Amino acid sequence: MAEEKSKLQRLFEAGEFVVTGEIGPPRGADVEHVHKAAEGLRGVIDAANVTDNQTSILRMSSIAGVLLAQQKGVEGVAQMTCRDRNRIAIQSDLLGAWALGIRNVLLLSGDHQSFGNDPQAKNVYDVDSVQVIKIMADLKNEGRFLNGKKAKTAPKFFIGTTANPFADPEELQLIRLKKKIKAGAQFVQTQSIYDIDRFERWMEKVREWGLHKEAYIEAGVIVNKSVRSVEVTQTVPGMSVPDSIVERMRKAKDPKEESVNIVLEIIERIKKIEGISGLHIMAIGWEEIVPEVVKSAGLLPRPTLN
Amino acid sequence: MIIASQKPIDEIKEYIKDYKKILIAACGTCVTVCLAGGEKEARELAELLSLDGDQEFRVVTPERQCDSEFLAEFDENVGWADVVLSLACGVGVQYMAERYVKKPVVPGLNTSFMGTNRDAGYWTEMCQGCGNCVLEKTGGICPVARCSKSHFNGPCGGSADGKCEIDPSTDCAWQLIYDRLKSLDQLEKLYETIPPRDWSTSRDGGPRKIRRPDVAIEEG
Repeated sequence: MAEEKSKLQRLFEAGEFVVTGEIGPPRGADVEHVHKAAEGLRGVIDAANVTDNQTSILRMSSIAGVLLAQQKGVEGVAQMTCRDRNRIAIQSDLLGAWALGIRNVLLLSGDHQSFGNDPQAKNVYDVDSVQVIKIMADLKNEGRFLNGKKAKTAPKFFIGTTANPFADPEELQLIRLKKKIKAGAQFVQTQSIYDIDRFERWMEKVREWGLHKEAYIEAGVIVNKSVRSVEVTQTVPGMSVPDSIVERMRKAKDPKEESVNIVLEIIERIKKIEGISGLHIMAIGWEEIVPEVVKSAGLLPRPTLN
Repeated sequence: MIIASQKPIDEIKEYIKDYKKILIAACGTCVTVCLAGGEKEARELAELLSLDGDQEFRVVTPERQCDSEFLAEFDENVGWADVVLSLACGVGVQYMAERYVKKPVVPGLNTSFMGTNRDAGYWTEMCQGCGNCVLEKTGGICPVARCSKSHFNGPCGGSADGKCEIDPSTDCAWQLIYDRLKSLDQLEKLYETIPPRDWSTSRDGGPRKIRRPDVAIEEG
């Protein structure tokens, strides 16, 4: 039986600057894919999110992916969106996740299905992300499901969520983050940051509101592999990529090297921001670059726990 | 009101191809106003379908197809027809089918939503008929019908420049709610966490009905 408290939670509580990564599960039932990705990240990051049909592209389930990653010694963070499951399925799947030894969960709305390959699908949104956080927190703290019935062996997940410093309206996004934390979110991963000036201003607000004292905030960064992928990232709603970044990538002799340089500069700025407890690195499709980024950012070796 | 739009002409032709005498039943209420299934659209459709050959068409326009009071006067025309092509919303089509047990009734429209006319030729959805109105909490803007994810506690991370992540021509409902509550000086309403709602009042609870003893007529 796995420990009740995740390594991720214990590292945050120990005051370590945490580093998490991300594994995109395969578009198929391929075990090797996840095992290889996990092996590449072992010892380099403290935990890895496994995405839940991100951008509504059908993939292996997050919970199965986390289980496979954990087989290779990488603690996982199961993601659970409100898009595909109602309250019954969400609670049921997370009971199963806990039983399988998964200890971290990231609860989020999920990208609308119109982004993916199945825009004909029904969406669920029985509950929203604030509500689902409260559901899982109540299950942990009171041992009861949303329907009021008592759970036999209630899961006690370390509950995370997302925040987008670049989405509108700014004040309402902060109110929503406050509601998520009040509902029971213990850690927060932000949308990936290219616009570091804007992110610093957002963090000033977060500190004014005291939110950094109520939850651990991880700054998200993305490592894009090519000029094209930065250009695409710039068009994603809720992403803020300054033109200067795209220009740098376009002018670079070696765009991959330049991409790493850009992310390292952003990480340097992030490390100086008061109220940031960790870094969340997204390099979907370029996971092999993560060790170099973490090393060059001076974040190796990763801390261990007694 | 109910907003609908006409089905593609080839789909309609497919529905009626095996019949000789076709009664096109327009509807004088919602679908007349939204220019999808009124008298005018029915006559135009009859003309268009007549071009093809030897089918006969008649047009009738009950005030409302969803009300038996207005249907009786059309019994004779229905009797004449081999099929009724209804240009009413789904309620009207079904009501017709219920009344004329032995007559095929086919739809000529796709019933789209409850909404409003914004501009010439432009309609938008406003209400989903979820059976438990929350408009008091949200400044009179519905998060169920107008947020793509039906969020109750604020916008998702895809809201940018007032627009929804799914489509730059769709307003973010939560931006609208924020702007409205700000102008009403009621932003404090946004701090309240709205708990998971009871969807049994919505379609999720099965087909809905309302019984009102206060207006029911007692048998005696």
